[in-house]
Amino acid sequence: MPEKSAHKTFDVAVIGGGMIGPALSLGLLARGLRVCILDEGDDVLRVARGNFGLVWFQGKGFGMPRYVEWSRRSATLYPEFAAELKEHTGVDVGHANPGGLELLLGEQELAHRQHYIGQIYQQGGGKDYEVEFIDRKQVEDMLPGVTLGDDVIGASYSPIDGHVNPLFLLRAMHTRFQQAGGTYLPHHRVSGVNKNGSAYDVITEAGPVSAAKVVIAAGHGLKQLGPPLGLDIPIRPQRGHILVTERTKQILPMPISAFRQTVEGSIMLGVSAEEAGYDDRVDTATVAGIAERAGRTFPALRNLNIVRSWAALRVLTPDKCPVYAESQSHPGIYAVASHSGVTLAAVNARVAANWIAGDPAPDEFEAFGVERFDAQKTSQ
Amino acid sequence: MLKRRHSDAAVVQISIDGEAVEARDGESVAAAVLAYAGEATRTTPVSGAPRAPYCLMGVCFECLMEIDGVPNRQACMIRVSDGMSIRRQQGARALEGDA
Repeated sequence: MPEKSAHKTFDVAVIGGGMIGPALSLGLLARGLRVCILDEGDDVLRVARGNFGLVWFQGKGFGMPRYVEWSRRSATLYPEFAAELKEHTGVDVGHANPGGLELLLGEQELAHRQHYIGQIYQQGGGKDYEVEFIDRKQVEDMLPGVTLGDDVIGASYSPIDGHVNPLFLLRAMHTRFQQAGGTYLPHHRVSGVNKNGSAYDVITEAGPVSAAKVVIAAGHGLKQLGPPLGLDIPIRPQRGHILVTERTKQILPMPISAFRQTVEGSIMLGVSAEEAGYDDRVDTATVAGIAERAGRTFPALRNLNIVRSWAALRVLTPDKCPVYAESQSHPGIYAVASHSGVTLAAVNARVAANWIAGDPAPDEFEAFGVERFDAQKTSQ
Repeated sequence: MLKRRHSDAAVVQISIDGEAVEARDGESVAAAVLAYAGEATRTTPVSGAPRAPYCLMGVCFECLMEIDGVPNRQACMIRVSDGMSIRRQQGARALEGDA
């Protein structure tokens, strides 16, 4: 049964128990604030349980150099963040930063990737932009013991890329949150937020919760919660599929964008992108397409059994860059939305949380507001 | 130890870890290996814990073995056949070849 939470009062109420809410909450707790996470049940869209697990840098931030910096910052903070989670919770989130590859099949993909990465570089992401192109031979040297498919002609490589076990990450953040004195309130679906003097009453299915500040980190829930609070952010669901193979001996020493091998030996295969509304069911043709490309890339993968597949719905903004915004009409109410909750977990906990706590916004946030969407609407 | 009950079924020649073994027509690979050596038939990929066939009906995946060169096959769901080569697995399978 939902815990009765009438007359509960906090400094910050964080709506959403996925990747973003708990990460921010850890940083808020570290500032000595009283924080609650308002979550729903298991019957809602759980994007944070469908992640692939990349901590990714290369290719992020097309059209937005600030996002390039922000992603790099998170990758840089990750080792210490993961170590602290392990120290306090005993949960090893399996973070590793061995660099990452995006393999390119055929001249057309290479040309497209070179153009794309080149544009990010020219847009200003080029400051220390650690992404380089390597040929097939160099790929083979990086992946000893792996037989590449005939179509693989090269890759883009970044030493900043890495990966993590996203489910352990989620568990570790939740464990640490409660350990550090945070109040986790499941079955507190939020229907709205009302101003009450200098604070806000968050209206939930289990009664109101009072807080001086409110953070909407509710994934797709932002679509309903945001507009009445001056945070009309045009996010949309974009479906992605993931396949998991049976466990094998370690063969992939680094994540390869659409492929990564877990610490336990499974190989995860991704990643698709479909416009399917809120339908998160698995599409067989899409799964077959992912498996086919995996076989073209690493022919030996054709011998492996697929043991699971699933689909999840990314929280996508029109420019694929994150939103960190405080409401103009409702000061003290914030919206944070991104489809990169795993990559950004460290920087959310270590940096973004301080902004919500009252520190000046990080430089990057000049680009992450909601105004940019108004401009995009006007220009269309 | 496990013993094979009296069977009139024909003898089938198989090999287990390279050793020639007589099995009986109609029995599963899991049954044949248990009759040959009633002990662990694999170790797990992560912790290396010993495992043996358990449910014998295709559900628990504890009986995984390499059969005719293909690893991670469910030994309880496959019948022995003449000339079949069976290997018990130690830890995770290899992805390529016999690495």
